[in-house]
Amino acid sequence: MSGESHDSGEYHDSAVRPYVLTQGRARPTRNTIGLDTLLVVADAGKPLSPSATRQSRDLLRMCARLLSLAEAAAHLRLPLSVAGILASDLVDSGHLIARSRIPEAGRPDLTTLQEVLNGLRRLS
Amino acid sequence: MGSAGSADRYLPDTVQQAVKILVVGDFGVGKTTMIGAVSEIEPLRTEETMTQASVGVDDLAGLGSKTTTTVAMDFGRITLSPYTALYLFGTPGQRRFWDLWAGLGEGAVGALVLVDTRRIEGSFEVIDQLELRGDLPFAVAVNHFPDSADHSPQALREALDLEPGTPIVNCDARSRSSSVDALITLVEHALALQKGPS
Ligand SMILES: Nc1nc2c(ncn2[C@@H]2O[C@H](COP(=O)(O)OP(=O)(O)O)[C@@H](O)[C@H]2O)c(=O)[nH]1
Ligand SMILES: [Mg+2]
Repeated sequence: MSGESHDSGEYHDSAVRPYVLTQGRARPTRNTIGLDTLLVVADAGKPLSPSATRQSRDLLRMCARLLSLAEAAAHLRLPLSVAGILASDLVDSGHLIARSRIPEAGRPDLTTLQEVLNGLRRLS
Repeated sequence: MGSAGSADRYLPDTVQQAVKILVVGDFGVGKTTMIGAVSEIEPLRTEETMTQASVGVDDLAGLGSKTTTTVAMDFGRITLSPYTALYLFGTPGQRRFWDLWAGLGEGAVGALVLVDTRRIEGSFEVIDQLELRGDLPFAVAVNHFPDSADHSPQALREALDLEPGTPIVNCDARSRSSSVDALITLVEHALALQKGPS
């Protein structure tokens, strides 16, 4: 590995930070949203504020049905950190619902692990 | 598996929880291949940025400059039951990315470390780190390439200096059933750790 191999296809370095889309914030106001957080629109009829960015509108539209933050970000080609901040704002404003994820720092409980195992065994 | 148009891009509305597994390893070990082999959706790619005062071993000069590194992650999804979806995130294993997957590992079932026996030393760092952290269950999957020498799992266990409890299995990342079997090994291990010594 070398610091110069910026082009492995897995990563690249830059001095530009994705703050522009998020009004300068680097982190969501709440840290409960992760890449595996499931998102879905809360109330399809609820209008966004006229000042909402195009990215927020796109994200809300993408979450018309259930999917994870990572999927929404990938489909919209938004960096994960940016999508997380926008999603967090949309949850705060009541436009999006975030379905519970495994608590930070914790591990999935026994019931969940057993369910994952059973599900994988059904596939094999 | 098939082409995932926007119609089947979404999860069934019954799904209440998502769990995740990290697939880690050097560039070229087969992370993306494995994710593609098991995912029900066309594998997706997203980017995460890391900003650090110094980037691991690359900052030997001690210049203290800030760099933003954008790391691409491939991921896939398996809806395991009407209630639970599993996400697999492929993340590079090199030292400079540890801060990234420290965050990714939060709440994860565990990590599957892919090893290419032709470049076994590329796995030392990531295994060291996982052993050091001690909080993320992991298993080792040895991905066989045509020109790989035939090592027994026991010989590889010794070469990798694995702790006795860490599972090691052979796999073919291109095969769905073989990849699923490797994931099963990891989840069984995570379950055993969660249950504690019996
Ligand atoms: N023969 C063989 N080739 C593989 C296997 N897994 C991956 N490859 C090939 O190895 C290359 C790198 O795999 P990739 O999944 O992109 O690795 P990544 O960088 O870890 O995501 C690709 O050309 C794959 O087709 C395997 O199990 N057997
Ligand atoms: Mg890859």
